[in-house]
Amino acid sequence: MALLRRLLALLIVFSSTCKVTALEGDSAEVGLDYSSKSSETSTPTNVTTATITTLPIVIWKWHHVETPYLVALWILTCWLCKLVVELNHSLTSVIPESGLLIMLGFILGGIVWGADKAQTFKLVPVNFFYYLLPQIVLDASYCMPNKLFFSNLGAILVHAVIGTCWNAGTVGVALWACYEGGAMGTLNIGALQFLLFGALMSAVDPVAVIAVFEEVHVNEVLYILVFGESLLNDGVTVVLYNVFDAFVSLGGPKINAEEIIKGIVSFFVVAFGGSLIGVVFAILISMLTRVTKNVQVIEAGFIIVLGYLSYLTAEMLSLSAILSITFCGVCCQKYINANMDEKSVTTLRYSLKVLANGSETMIFVFLGLSAIDKNIWVWNTGFILLTILFIVVFRFMGVFFLNWILNQSRLIPIDITDQIVMSYGGLRGAVAYGLAATLDEKKIPEKNLMLGTTLIVVYFTVVLQGITMKPFVQWLKVKKATQADLTLNGKINNRTFEHILTAMEDICGRMGDNWWTRHWKHFEEKYVCWLLMTSDARKHNDQIFGAFHKLNLEDATSYVTEGESKGSLAFIRNDDSASVDFKKKLAFDYADIIPDIMADMSEYDFGIDNVPVMKNPIPSVSLGIHEQDSKTMPNDLTAHHLLEQHLYKSRRYNRPTYSRSHYKASENPDEMQEIFQRTMRSRLESFKSAKMGVIPAKKLSKHPKKDSTHKPNGKPADPNRTHPYGDEDFEFSADSASSSDIAGHFSRRSTNAPRAGVDNPAFIPEMDTSAPMRNPPWQTETANNTAVAPSQRAQGRLPWTPTNLGHLAPLRMSTRSTDSFAMADASVDEEAPEEKPGTHHTRL
Amino acid sequence: MGSTNSTLLKIPNVEELMQETGFSSVHIIRLYDRFKALDKEGRGHLCPHDFGAIKELAMNPIGDRIIGAFFSPGQETVDFNTFVKILAHFRPVDKDRPRDPNSPEPINSRSNKLKFAFQLYDQDKDGKISRDELLKVLRDMLGMQVTEEQLESIADRTIQEADLDRDDAISFEEFRKVSAKILHLKKAPVVMSAEYDC
Repeated sequence: MALLRRLLALLIVFSSTCKVTALEGDSAEVGLDYSSKSSETSTPTNVTTATITTLPIVIWKWHHVETPYLVALWILTCWLCKLVVELNHSLTSVIPESGLLIMLGFILGGIVWGADKAQTFKLVPVNFFYYLLPQIVLDASYCMPNKLFFSNLGAILVHAVIGTCWNAGTVGVALWACYEGGAMGTLNIGALQFLLFGALMSAVDPVAVIAVFEEVHVNEVLYILVFGESLLNDGVTVVLYNVFDAFVSLGGPKINAEEIIKGIVSFFVVAFGGSLIGVVFAILISMLTRVTKNVQVIEAGFIIVLGYLSYLTAEMLSLSAILSITFCGVCCQKYINANMDEKSVTTLRYSLKVLANGSETMIFVFLGLSAIDKNIWVWNTGFILLTILFIVVFRFMGVFFLNWILNQSRLIPIDITDQIVMSYGGLRGAVAYGLAATLDEKKIPEKNLMLGTTLIVVYFTVVLQGITMKPFVQWLKVKKATQADLTLNGKINNRTFEHILTAMEDICGRMGDNWWTRHWKHFEEKYVCWLLMTSDARKHNDQIFGAFHKLNLEDATSYVTEGESKGSLAFIRNDDSASVDFKKKLAFDYADIIPDIMADMSEYDFGIDNVPVMKNPIPSVSLGIHEQDSKTMPNDLTAHHLLEQHLYKSRRYNRPTYSRSHYKASENPDEMQEIFQRTMRSRLESFKSAKMGVIPAKKLSKHPKKDSTHKPNGKPADPNRTHPYGDEDFEFSADSASSSDIAGHFSRRSTNAPRAGVDNPAFIPEMDTSAPMRNPPWQTETANNTAVAPSQRAQGRLPWTPTNLGHLAPLRMSTRSTDSFAMADASVDEEAPEEKPGTHHTRL
Repeated sequence: MGSTNSTLLKIPNVEELMQETGFSSVHIIRLYDRFKALDKEGRGHLCPHDFGAIKELAMNPIGDRIIGAFFSPGQETVDFNTFVKILAHFRPVDKDRPRDPNSPEPINSRSNKLKFAFQLYDQDKDGKISRDELLKVLRDMLGMQVTEEQLESIADRTIQEADLDRDDAISFEEFRKVSAKILHLKKAPVVMSAEYDC
């Protein structure tokens, strides 16, 4: 009920907008063209033409904005339709979205008709082919599962080329035969026109097919066959259409063998020429992305524009534009994905999706909308019914016959249920309509009959076949897509099997598919990648490595989300699951002591660049975050609280949040300075308070000296040593003192951890009761400690330290003992009372 | 036909071999010709260096391992029957022929294929892929593209992924589980595929 009401409300809005537009309408070329004979009697426009007697403050300037305004309004309307359709999922699970959109199109068309008493808006072929179709094809080809596509390319081409010709020919001939047999009464259509009609009817529409098949989730081979075929066959259909169109223009008598041969030649030239243009543009794009690093913001835009240009170029050369943009997208995806920054890839992906989905929605709505026009409806029952019958029957015959041939040589034959679904999935869509609408009425007197029939066929296939597709697939028990998890093992084993199979072929002395794959790979690695990829990207191109990288990213993401939901770094705390460490050499020695966290001081330099792993395009870090224990929650919270209190808070309000060309504002040098100063200050404070506290801490006595030497003017001794994280403490101590020194400095505090909520632990007397801490074993051993066993307590402590972020970033710790984590952490909470800025300014 | 039969007659136990491997006589003859071509010195068996002479195989990053798989430990030669039996691992699975439930598992079953791959990793034949063994394979396959450190991380991660019993090695059972969805298992070298079934 609610849905219905919302729908009604929306319709009212629509109708009012439609009325307004209708009133103001004249025949401007709009994206959704409207060739209206509608009333020019609008009143508001007079305002501008009236003689100005006084300075107008506000002027009604509808005509200035009319065209873009209407376009925008229609886009909005169509997208709102999609919104309405998607409101209720129980509806879309029965009727495919495309069908629902067409129905909404009917309603909208009815409203327009009701307001105008004429069809003011309809889908114009020019707009469809130039502004709506390219992005859909580009998106589809860019997101095409490449490997699957190329490994099934043979079958796809057979279906797309031979199958389409078969459909076009047989439908045309059969209709003509029926016409001659008298099934349609008298019509002014010749054999050639029938063939032309057959050609435009043979376009299996990728838009409709994707829309339906994506909801059904059939297995991937079936999907790629249907999808690839529909994509390529659009191109073929257009070519075929043009050839027949030329024949029709020539007229029957003039067609001789020579012309027919020319037609066949032009068919291949147009199809392959278009594909070639696409490949050339793919190469151009890939090479361009090698050098776009400095203009990352518009990197994604390049691909869209160049893709579009490949479409237009092919169109200009009268080659197949659809094939061109298809091959452009398919060929360049691998290289641009490797060349571009990950962010740009995401941007590109999403912007293409927005564009493609947007125009897809508009196409369906306008397919419905276009039907509400009494001019195009020339009814001829025989013609319409026979067309529907023939396209279904011949599609089935074609698919079965071609698959039978293909199955002779296919290793995994396409089984019967898949074939049925393939045939049934031959949905006709906007391409057919677009071609029908471009028919020239002078040459084809029965254009309107053809247009109307095309629309009916489109509705029949999209709505009826779309609705029945899902139950049909379920009933046939078609193999569904299996969700393959990304695993390293899978990738590696896959690779192994590839090698084994090629080796077996070599041993058997035969050239097979594997031979071709291997040689292409070899060639690609040697030349293509060299030409099209940046050296960086080449390095990381490997699949196994890619999988590894992806898994790491996934882990990092889950790490962050998990950490957020738990309020802290709960997860590093898995004591038993041996997560993989990041510094192998040392880690190996210590592997049995503490597997997760290892730091090798010698490997760190303290330059800023070294810090965040995120900057490193592919971290050599393996994250093993799979188990978390929640029993230590309180500690996490404490740690969180502490961090919250003591970490330096960057002054966001000082920073520009918008930057025209960069994602992130650069680090403010002042901020670095301040971090450093605050650190120094708090360290000094902590030292003082420690002194006033109970601990004599002989080790600690070294610090004042150190601090004072660094600090007198509050300037960093070495600005490079500050770094953007909050853990500058470690750094400082790392380079200021020997490890034993730090141990002394920190050990005093590590006992505080259990009561970490306490304000200033330095003043708590019990804290220094921990006898072992006074003289910890590792302090005495530091000279030769290569394998220091961390104390039990320290192991327990580990998890809540910020340094444990080492999972994500290399540790910047100085000590070789793992205890230092606990200590380092403790030092943070020590500084608690000093954190009120301003109060201690005099110190500096 | 006559020549077919005469070739077949040269092969010892040919009936048994066909039964066991599922190859047709056409396949067997084709393989026999190839075997003779590889066996340049005409000794009736192949040595590792015969395999090494195959140019493409030398380019294969794990070629040595694959060659090694043809030779059972301690043996320096492989005769035709063993040769065919090993190749038979990669014969496509035929759906049409009804399987006799009592018959032993066919040589080209999924699990046998996996076993073949597994032993390529498991060079010391202890039934487990250790970290070092995996690392070696990875080094062969990834080559120069990544650093040693990254290789090690990959190896660790791979083991972690598969390792169910936490012994830091991958047993065959674990290997089978993680390889549950490998596409390539279904593929086969063209020489053995249906189109040559004349």
